[in-house]
Amino acid sequence: MTISWSRCMAMIVKEFIQIRRDRMTFGMMIGIPVMQLLLFGFAINSDPKHLPTAIHVAEPGIFTRDLVAALENTGYFSFTHKIDAPAQLEWLLASNQVQFAMTVPAGFSRAIQRGETPVLLVEADATDPAATGNALAALATVSRTALERDLSGPLAGLRVQPPTFDVRVHRRYNPDGITQYNIVPGLMGVILAMTGVMLTALAVTRERERGTMENLLAMPVLPSEVMIGKIMPYIIVGYFQVGLVLLASHFIFNVPMIGSLLLLSIGVLLFIASNLAVGFTFSTLASNQLQAMQASFFYFLPSLLLSGFMFPFRGMPRWAQTIGEALPLTHFLRIVRGILLKGNGIAEVIPDLWPIALFLLVVTMIALKRYRVTLD
Amino acid sequence: MTDRPVIDVHSLFKSFDGKLVVDDFAIQVGRGRICGFLGPNGSGKTTTIRMLCGLLTPDSGGGSCLNLDIITEGAAIKRQVGYMTQKFSFYEDLTIRENLDFVARVYGLPQRRRVVDEALDRLGLAHRSHQLAGTLSGGWKQRLALAACILHGPKLLLLDEPTAGVDPVARRDFWDQIHRLAHDGITVLVSTHYMDEAERCHEIAYLAYGKLLAFGSVNKVIADSGLTTWQVSGPDIAALVYAVETRPGVDMVALFGQTLHVSGRNAEALAAALEPFHQTGRTFISAPPTLEDVFIHLMGNARDNFS
Repeated sequence: MTISWSRCMAMIVKEFIQIRRDRMTFGMMIGIPVMQLLLFGFAINSDPKHLPTAIHVAEPGIFTRDLVAALENTGYFSFTHKIDAPAQLEWLLASNQVQFAMTVPAGFSRAIQRGETPVLLVEADATDPAATGNALAALATVSRTALERDLSGPLAGLRVQPPTFDVRVHRRYNPDGITQYNIVPGLMGVILAMTGVMLTALAVTRERERGTMENLLAMPVLPSEVMIGKIMPYIIVGYFQVGLVLLASHFIFNVPMIGSLLLLSIGVLLFIASNLAVGFTFSTLASNQLQAMQASFFYFLPSLLLSGFMFPFRGMPRWAQTIGEALPLTHFLRIVRGILLKGNGIAEVIPDLWPIALFLLVVTMIALKRYRVTLD
Repeated sequence: MTDRPVIDVHSLFKSFDGKLVVDDFAIQVGRGRICGFLGPNGSGKTTTIRMLCGLLTPDSGGGSCLNLDIITEGAAIKRQVGYMTQKFSFYEDLTIRENLDFVARVYGLPQRRRVVDEALDRLGLAHRSHQLAGTLSGGWKQRLALAACILHGPKLLLLDEPTAGVDPVARRDFWDQIHRLAHDGITVLVSTHYMDEAERCHEIAYLAYGKLLAFGSVNKVIADSGLTTWQVSGPDIAALVYAVETRPGVDMVALFGQTLHVSGRNAEALAAALEPFHQTGRTFISAPPTLEDVFIHLMGNARDNFS
């Protein structure tokens, strides 16, 4: 038999009708490209600028003022915290409020006037090496040119090639800038998010697709019981995955694990539960397993791109950061990186724990509201 | 307990997307009775059954099931009702035993292992209890579903076309079991398309287009129809259908194998209408209408009223 155009047409027409009928698939066909365009096109920036920086100036003076201005002019540093007590720097770094902590030591200006080379101490949060790389490179130039204007008149003789001050950079938490230190703990979150959402979304939709939901509804099972029953097994599966990632981190990638694993497991519990609740909610919206998959993907895409897993969070525009802040993965990444690499304790972790808890609460409410006890 | 009927509902209405599916439905079924639900596809049988067990909320109307309000006490009703869906709705990727275990756990049955073992023995599936339910044949799936439905000892069984696609022997076994259950005091509401099954019910309810058109015992439904029937046989009988059905006095013509059933509500008019067709080789026998005659007639009437 040769290929018949009319038979092909019959198939083509039928496929188009089916595509049009499946509203959700149709929506995804438009929605996913639009989302990708917006996210990749506008939100993602691998050269993050205006990174929040804390600075401690021991002795303010003309040189230090111009130094700060010069640093700001590079576009990489934004001095959000000017602090008096150097002890605060450590906290700001650990709790992820700043990317850099700079210390201008006492006698900085005097040392320059004397023609000595004082030291500008820069501590960088290197948990994500990609976020700090370009900014640190810019520092080298600043040290050569920042004070050119000030070194005029009698001091012009000092305008020489060697830098007027030294920049001493401490790459904190990840001194060698090893990318795996950032990626591997992050993968824990990505794996949990991907499998958690998808598995639960499919688990409930499967009941509906196979017709077993009608039977389930006719039995005396409460919606919350169904939800707990569907979620619990995957929480255990999630912990298993976490164990797997931790073992691999330790034995294969040699990722440091400084903080408390008990604290991590609390964060893990909240995070897994929030993902499963999202999956459960999707399953109440989707009418078949394909739609459930699409919805999971629709959720997973921004999670992956806007959470700071693939690209530096601080490189994104404000609106993208706002979306990112709403996603549990963003906070979980901070928690897991903070605990493993920075050795963060409960105080540093709390600011990222409660957004996940809030997310979980809201999504669970939606899920229970959407889940119907009847077939209406 | 008073002798209130097990099912006692009145003026139930339900519509989907503006289409009326159940229209002013009322029924009473007493304890230990088997009530057959008949009617064409899409007549609202499944919807009515689902409203009785709380799976659907009626738009209006109400009543009681097992002395419990069907609107407000759905959860309590579910505990005492066994509902068997039209499509096999147990888990195909679980074994027979695992399915029964699941049901027993959901209903919180004490001595679960014993209850499940006994059910497996009754089913005759004890030696196959580790087989996946999905691999069972249609007849066995149906037996498993019934066993699972009665595991928690319900007082009311709602069976939605339980024997569709099941072979005649298995159907016969199934109905024997239904009668045993009814004998033990369980009330059964069962929908079916089979006339032989309808005739085994204590009461039958005939629905069309969401309306209850007939209700009562088989004999009562036949008598209420007021039909007189002639059974015509002979050569070339099929050709007679078109000639006869347009005659005044003829309300219903249907071919059953080699016999033509001609029915009408007016006995004299019917006899007169058939007069011209008497000829040698054809036999005309006056017989009481069968249940199927009545149903075909009811369906025809209903269609006329709704089209």
